[in-house]
Amino acid sequence: MNGRVWQLLLDSFWQILLPGIRVTIPLTLVSFSLGLIIALITAMVQVANIPVVKQIARIYVWIIRGTPLLVQLFVIFYGLPSAGIILDAIPSAIIVFSFNTGAYASETIRAAIESVPVGQIEAGYCVGMSYLQIMARIVLPQALRTAFPPLSNSLIGLVKDTSLAANITVVEMFLAGQRIAANSLQVMAIYCEVAFIYLLFCTVLTKLQSYCEKRMKTY
Amino acid sequence: MLEVKGIEKSFDDIKVLKGVDIKVSKGDVVTIIGPSGSGKTTLLRCINFLERAQAGEMIFDDVHYRLNAMSRKDIAALRKKTGFVFQNYNLFRNKTALQNVTEGLIVARRMPREAAKAAGLRALEKVGLADRADAYPHQLSGGQQQRVAIARAIVSEPEVIFFDEPTSALDPELVGEVLAVMRDLAAEGRTMLIVTHEMRFARSVASHVIFMDDGVIVEEGKPQDIFDNPSQERTKRFLATVREGFAPNLYPQT
Repeated sequence: MNGRVWQLLLDSFWQILLPGIRVTIPLTLVSFSLGLIIALITAMVQVANIPVVKQIARIYVWIIRGTPLLVQLFVIFYGLPSAGIILDAIPSAIIVFSFNTGAYASETIRAAIESVPVGQIEAGYCVGMSYLQIMARIVLPQALRTAFPPLSNSLIGLVKDTSLAANITVVEMFLAGQRIAANSLQVMAIYCEVAFIYLLFCTVLTKLQSYCEKRMKTY
Repeated sequence: MLEVKGIEKSFDDIKVLKGVDIKVSKGDVVTIIGPSGSGKTTLLRCINFLERAQAGEMIFDDVHYRLNAMSRKDIAALRKKTGFVFQNYNLFRNKTALQNVTEGLIVARRMPREAAKAAGLRALEKVGLADRADAYPHQLSGGQQQRVAIARAIVSEPEVIFFDEPTSALDPELVGEVLAVMRDLAAEGRTMLIVTHEMRFARSVASHVIFMDDGVIVEEGKPQDIFDNPSQERTKRFLATVREGFAPNLYPQT
């Protein structure tokens, strides 16, 4: 590689990182947070065995997990307008990523809740607690600790999956890189740079994960 | 104080309880003995509604209840008058010993935090674990965990405490400390209903012994009568098996 390529990489670094900070990270965090709320509700209605709602939750998880993320993005962004619903690119992406995270994470959370021994729930009843009190104070704290590593996995996965939003015109990191690659013709170098920045983001998250896991090891 | 009549319970097609009557008066220590699968544990779980009985009635403090038609409110109210100690302790793993004991007081009974903490420490003191108040369950031995579980069951001053094979999951050398705590409680005049395999203990602390087999009460009476002079053939057979199976020196004197 000659000096010109190095210069290009240096110049483009901020041009790629900036949409990463302004779009990729907020898109990930907002979608993940909403996704977790959806996941918690979806898991809880199944664990609590609420009829009808539970079936709806199963169908939701089934559809989301059974269809490609890219297709879901296209349905919401390009498909819905023909039904009269027009959404901007970013809201479309947030909706799709949230519901996607929600479906996968709900299975993680459901399994984690079920891994808490039923005896502790019985003990909760015996000291006079209600089902919701037992869930909130005994079961969920333990379940969330169990669910933390796989949920971190989902978060890291989502960081990278947001690149798919490039296909519905969201100018996030990948699309920004793509434009630079097309203009400069240094395709290999630029895409490797894009990959490197994703790697940076995910490395930070990985470190954060192991830090949090250590902090949670009190019981 | 507590009376149960004609309690019946089936799991699928298997009838586990075939009409059992039990009466516990204030200050009684009733032990239930019998072979595995005789329905002892199920009986205790039905009385505290961890299982729903299909038939039978309960009289608690002169109030009548039908066991197969209990409202959630009735169950919650009755549970507040009882304490339950499980075979596997079932401590809340995310709570310290003290938090385990105070959780029900604070959350279910809305006791002020400071008062609950004081009551919790007194209960832990009683089981000899006040110095481990801040330990998490995984930092305690099985015997200590079970003693915390006993503190959790007595902290609300229940009218009756149920024990479901409280020493069955313990290593033999840890059985003694738990039985000692239970002996103290009995000496204080607490009302207790105990399912146990500890024959020596069942005999020495009980005011009344019930022998169950195959979902029915075969024989009941004073401990001396049941252990020394059983009238039923099944009781004799069971006691003979137990005496043969367990060498006395396996158990620490408590």
